[in-house]
Amino acid sequence: MAILLNRSTRVIVQGFTGKIGSFHAEDMKRYGTKLVGGVTPGKGGQTHLGLPVFNTVKGAVRETRAEASIVFVPPPFAADSIMEAADAGIKLCVCITDGIPSQDMMQVKRYMRRYRFEDRMRLVGPNCAGVITPGQALMGIMPGSIYLPGRVGIVGRSGTLGYEAASQMKALGIGVSTSVGIGGDPINGSSFKDILQLFERDDDTDAVVMIGEIGGPQEAEAAIWARDNMRKPLIAYIAGLSAPKGRRMGHAGAIISAFGESAQEKVEILKEAGVVIVPTPASFGEVVADTLARTKKAA
Amino acid sequence: MDIHEYQAKELLARHGVHVPRGGLAYSPEQATYRAREIGGSKWVLKAQVHSGARGKAGGIKLCSNDEEISSAAEAMLGRKLVTHQTGPRGKLISRLYLEEAVDIAQELYLGFVLDRKEERVMIVASAAGGMEIEDISEKQPDSIIRATVDPGVGMQGFQAREIAFGLGLESNLIGKATETILGCYQVFRDYDASMLEINPLVVTRDGSLVALDAKMSFDENALFRRPEISELRDKSQEDPRETFASDRGLSYVGLDGNIGCIINGAGLAMATMDMIKIAGGEPANFLDIGGGASPERVAKSFRAVLGDKNVETILVNIFAGINRCDWVAEGVIKAIREVGVDVPLVVRLSGTKVEEGRKILADSGEAVIVADTLAEAAEKAVAAWREATKNKKAA
Repeated sequence: MAILLNRSTRVIVQGFTGKIGSFHAEDMKRYGTKLVGGVTPGKGGQTHLGLPVFNTVKGAVRETRAEASIVFVPPPFAADSIMEAADAGIKLCVCITDGIPSQDMMQVKRYMRRYRFEDRMRLVGPNCAGVITPGQALMGIMPGSIYLPGRVGIVGRSGTLGYEAASQMKALGIGVSTSVGIGGDPINGSSFKDILQLFERDDDTDAVVMIGEIGGPQEAEAAIWARDNMRKPLIAYIAGLSAPKGRRMGHAGAIISAFGESAQEKVEILKEAGVVIVPTPASFGEVVADTLARTKKAA
Repeated sequence: MDIHEYQAKELLARHGVHVPRGGLAYSPEQATYRAREIGGSKWVLKAQVHSGARGKAGGIKLCSNDEEISSAAEAMLGRKLVTHQTGPRGKLISRLYLEEAVDIAQELYLGFVLDRKEERVMIVASAAGGMEIEDISEKQPDSIIRATVDPGVGMQGFQAREIAFGLGLESNLIGKATETILGCYQVFRDYDASMLEINPLVVTRDGSLVALDAKMSFDENALFRRPEISELRDKSQEDPRETFASDRGLSYVGLDGNIGCIINGAGLAMATMDMIKIAGGEPANFLDIGGGASPERVAKSFRAVLGDKNVETILVNIFAGINRCDWVAEGVIKAIREVGVDVPLVVRLSGTKVEEGRKILADSGEAVIVADTLAEAAEKAVAAWREATKNKKAA
């Protein structure tokens, strides 16, 4: 079933009636996502885009049996919305919002630990493009048309660079099982490692492309985990070769502040862990194709 | 966002952290007047720029009379201080801070950062203060004490005490050190800081604990709820190219190359810059135009990129998801006609409505070099830049 999301996942939208929420809700519905309603406090009882609006996430879950929620709430209120989803029993929350304060995210992560691991919501993002299982469902803002359904997983921090990788793969006829944007913030819900674990267990995924960037420890952590636990090929690119130290490159998390956080250092760590490196952002397609061909031969 | 030392000290002093008596000066006369106000017989004059390592660069002077203060102030004001943190362009000195000199018995290091692995605030302390934390962790890694704060309950007294004892302080200083550490945490938390560094925190000969220097940065995502911090912004410390762009809502970082970049998405922007480098060129900037690339935003981006005199070629790379390539292409043409682009321009469009977008560029009659792929875009940009600089030299 690919990971996280499929055509029968029941999805609600938080920040449903706003301009951005409405725009993407329509787009997701068009793609085939099973959208069952939305939440905008104070607008409960109304109908929007032909779907029911609720005041609270708990109310929405009770009435629609929603399992997943996508958050388009503005930054000052987004952390609150994520915690509301966690408390309402939502299983997957994708937060698109860019600009949430780091301390709010610290609180969110701390808050989620009150639930037992089995009951804990999985958060993807914030500041991400979302999740897509091509041909089935979209919970995000990516253009569905650039993804061919297939058997390669993608996990990345950046939205548009993920599109670049998917479209290079599509041009060579290589499809995607699920693509997950984990977002560009320093503190995020799911790490690279968290998503790799899901792909490794997924019967519909043969190989994984990881698109990292400068800053933070997550790519190295994922590579070490993959070296010790992953049987499927892991292919990676790290953006920011030309980024200077100490400067924030757009994403709040894209800043080299410690040893091991530059693109060159990360590539070295990944290489040592046996990860296949995509040397330039123009060679995603060919490196994935080569790796798949080699794996097939070996099998 | 960074603030000045004197601003950080003001915040800290309000939360129980001891700082030396001092005053701000914009002129040599004001600096000598501050010396009278502060009293004593020895003072330290400190250039207020957003950088560490000021001492080595000549930004900190010990003075013992009016003449010394006045001539040191004269020498610093209006000059650009170049440290290994500012880069070769340096940072303008327009404010000075005069402080009473402190008799130092011991120098300590105290820092607060957002630890991305633990996803919590981490306190880093060391009895080997005075040198940069990078050097401490290299030369005396065993001297480093760490603690992380549970965001649910905040920093606890025992954690501060453990650090104070760990620093090997005399028992009569433990109370003061605990108060200082908890005060710093309070400031960090209450103002949404991303970094707070007191280096050195000193034990004086008369047995008090004083923050001799203070550096703070703040989470830009939290400034909406910290107006008192936003007010401390000093645009004179920023790259003017970046100020221009940030005032127009663009995410821009100035670099030292010649190929200007206009791209959507931070990751694709970094990747495109990498590609330029691989193709043999140097990017002049990072610029993420963002999601809704309206013609106005495209025009603003062209203005920001062309504001850099070093730009000799522009590369536009848009992968339209929410955007539509036809709108972006219209924006590019509009920008060319309104802003006036006198350097080679390479445009690569991809994604939604790409055929329509390319047609608009082709039909416009403007001198736009079109590329289909990322590799082609970077190669064409570097080739166009080489050609343009060759012609310039010839002329």
